[in-house]
Amino acid sequence: MKIHIQYFAMLAEKRGLSDEQLTVEATNLATLYDTLAALHGFPLSRSAIRPAVNDAFCAWDHPLRDGDRVVFVPPVSGG
Amino acid sequence: MSAFRLVDGPLPDHPPFDVPVAAGAVVTFDGRVRDHNDGKAVQRLAYSAYAALAISEGETIMVEALAKFGLTAAACYHRLGDLDLGEAAVRVWAAAAHREEAFAGCRYIIDEVKSRVPIWKKETYTDGQSAWVLCAHQGSRG
Repeated sequence: MKIHIQYFAMLAEKRGLSDEQLTVEATNLATLYDTLAALHGFPLSRSAIRPAVNDAFCAWDHPLRDGDRVVFVPPVSGG
Repeated sequence: MSAFRLVDGPLPDHPPFDVPVAAGAVVTFDGRVRDHNDGKAVQRLAYSAYAALAISEGETIMVEALAKFGLTAAACYHRLGDLDLGEAAVRVWAAAAHREEAFAGCRYIIDEVKSRVPIWKKETYTDGQSAWVLCAHQGSRG
């Protein structure tokens, strides 16, 4: 299954990219984040992240579908 | 017109809506770039956002504030990009019949924006170092 990931803030810096297309075997967001975090050394655990799919926040057990746009939202600091 | 906006330039000085004549109070809040944070001397800030989700989450907060506090009108504009010390990064306007609701609604909007809207601040310090400011997600429903 192919998905599109966008990275923001600290995760974009760590990854060295703002977005990429990935072919993944993971079928849920939790597995996907843990895999990427291990691969790229993301310093944030899942408890610090809110996942979003197709521009809406969602739960970690949200099932992934082909063509989804995924963002792992790091802790926010506006204002 | 969208009540929550991300803007690249300076923020408007006046409420970006016609203040209803039923509103006896308008509270304006500025969040400004401070010269220190967590014991470090800040030189400047840069804001970035996940725009699509920031705008939808920001709009949700505005709708919540109108309903919860009976505001007659409200808006919140947040800047993106590089900001210098003393500049306003975010401005909230809350109009209501009386000051109690206007103050409470304004407070609700800024608190929720800071804890829920995907906007990030990177601080550069006078010693040349820089860091992402990490605030906890609050009100997480994910």
